[in-house]
Amino acid sequence: MAKRIEATNVTAYYGAFKAIENINMTVEPKTVTALIGPSGCGKSTFLRSINRMHEVLPGARVEGSLTIDGQDVYDRDVDVTAVRRMIGMVFQRPNPFPTMSIFENVVAGLRLNGVKKKSVLTDAAEKALRAANLWDEVKDRLGKPGAGLSGGQQQRLCIARTIAVEPQVVLMDEPCSALDPISTLAIEELMFQLKDQYTIIIVTHNMQQASRVSDRTAFFSIEKTGDPGRLIEYDNTQKIFTNPSVKKTEDYITGRFG
Amino acid sequence: MGDTPPRSADAGTGASRVITDHARPAGASARPAEDVPTSRTPGGGALGGGGGLPRRRAFGAERAFRGLTLAAGTAVLVVIVAIAVFLVAKAVPALRANTVSFWTFEGWFPNDPEPRFGIGALAFGTVLSAVLALLVAVPVALGIALYLSHYAPRRLGNALGFLIDLLAAVPSVVFGLWGRDYFSGPVADLSAWLNRYFGWLPLFGGDGPYGASMLLGALVLAIMVLPIITSLSREVFRQTPTANEEAALALGATRWEMIRTAVLPYGRPGVIAAVMLGLGRALGETIALALTLGITFNISFNIIDNGGNTIAANIANAFGEANDTGRGALIASGLMLFAITLIVNITARAIIHRRREFTESAA
Ligand SMILES: Nc1ncnc2c1ncn2[C@@H]1O[C@H](COP(=O)(O)OP(=O)(O)O)[C@@H](O)[C@H]1O
Ligand SMILES: [Mg+2]
Repeated sequence: MAKRIEATNVTAYYGAFKAIENINMTVEPKTVTALIGPSGCGKSTFLRSINRMHEVLPGARVEGSLTIDGQDVYDRDVDVTAVRRMIGMVFQRPNPFPTMSIFENVVAGLRLNGVKKKSVLTDAAEKALRAANLWDEVKDRLGKPGAGLSGGQQQRLCIARTIAVEPQVVLMDEPCSALDPISTLAIEELMFQLKDQYTIIIVTHNMQQASRVSDRTAFFSIEKTGDPGRLIEYDNTQKIFTNPSVKKTEDYITGRFG
Repeated sequence: MGDTPPRSADAGTGASRVITDHARPAGASARPAEDVPTSRTPGGGALGGGGGLPRRRAFGAERAFRGLTLAAGTAVLVVIVAIAVFLVAKAVPALRANTVSFWTFEGWFPNDPEPRFGIGALAFGTVLSAVLALLVAVPVALGIALYLSHYAPRRLGNALGFLIDLLAAVPSVVFGLWGRDYFSGPVADLSAWLNRYFGWLPLFGGDGPYGASMLLGALVLAIMVLPIITSLSREVFRQTPTANEEAALALGATRWEMIRTAVLPYGRPGVIAAVMLGLGRALGETIALALTLGITFNISFNIIDNGGNTIAANIANAFGEANDTGRGALIASGLMLFAITLIVNITARAIIHRRREFTESAA
């Protein structure tokens, strides 16, 4: 079920401002790919172009081609909601629906898909919560507000909500940056388990995290403020962290800039 | 990664196992506790932490302000109690002089030598007109509010929002005169149409004449409460956290599904409050209804025949020629209106309170 993503000359704008330029990369199914680079180099922008969340902002647009298993997600005839169902997204700050219970949060996506049958929802919720390593902590209080959980639990709840609709790809934008170290470990472990089924792309500021969880790493950077972000180097994580072929990558991962 | 300060007992043991890249010698995590008191007493004599703790100030802005707020709060209470006492003192003699039941009698003759007056029909008309007005106004107002907050281009949304706020500034007598002189024609036509096709419903029964009816009053009221409900709901909808809207969209929601999943639930308490404010205005509206209603004193669900009355409209109409008992009777009806409004508000609060667990964590 996991799928291959191919970006060809992807360029994204916020109004007149070009945030990323000519990004070319291929992401293989059932791998974890890390996007690293200094702040403002366009990692989030690229990530949000993949599931067409970029265009939600007024004036934002994307050029180039982005395909998932050969199908262009920006094709005129493609239903954008179908794209987003296929490509799930976990955000930087945990964002459970504040008015919904834990259960309702997990099944929110299924309800949007028109699933009404209680037994189907209950089973799906349990499956997703188990997959997100949250089941044991919340199984006795599924009716309580999702916003009442700790930050780490909320983020795992959001992961459960994302995978409950069984997407092909899961995008994560700095999913641990608002969390404590223990929750971070829990989520990293979760990523190992998830890559059996999903293609995962994760933006992270944390080098250790990138080297621990990812198979491939993409390094983005900008020349100077106001310039568009570019993909500098994209290779196996092992190679990027031990023997990068571009000087700039080496400078960044050894902490000499960024 | 988050740099959580471990308790000093944990430093170097449990915590550092996890935070390998933040390992530090035991005890290094003891933060300088001396910083704390100085930051709490700016301008205090003890900056730098030497010597004893600074003394509490005998008199400062803090206390003065507390006294001031207490005085203001007390003053409000005193004024309210004084008004209540005055009103009750006026109302009781009139109620005593009433020769028929205040609750069930349908009519208003408090100025007669044998005063006869009853609140039933007026209270009924008050609630009926307000409820009808809200039934019309709330769906329209919420539709406009959602359009302004989530569909219209920002510029257009702001301009339209401004226009609607202007509508709220029109005096109610203008609405009343417009309703009586211009709007009653179309409403009479509509009433005749409703009567022709839906006459089998008690609401649209009767045989005219149409025009100066509950329907006209309620529609004028609806237009009057529309701006306040629209404007507040729009504000509430706008405050939906972007993170929640994006969460819904990222799950594959269409815009309307996103609104149903994220915006409406989040805005619910605010919308209820807005509707209650609108209801309060509708219940208390005086002159617009005094001008548009046909003024009868019977309890009837027929909303298209000429007629209808409300407590506030009756006060406006009857106050001029009221004698002492007449004024007392009107004051008694005013107290009744107050009671109705109070019940409505308490009910609304109860509704909001029931979901507090969820709405509080939403804040
Ligand atoms: N909503 C926005 N409107 C305008 N410019 C934006 C917006 N979001 C991001 N940008 C700009 O786009 C560039 C890339 O941002 P982003 O993708 O968030 O970088 P990263 O995630 O790598 O830190 C930055 O220069 C940023 O200022
Ligand atoms: Mg970012």
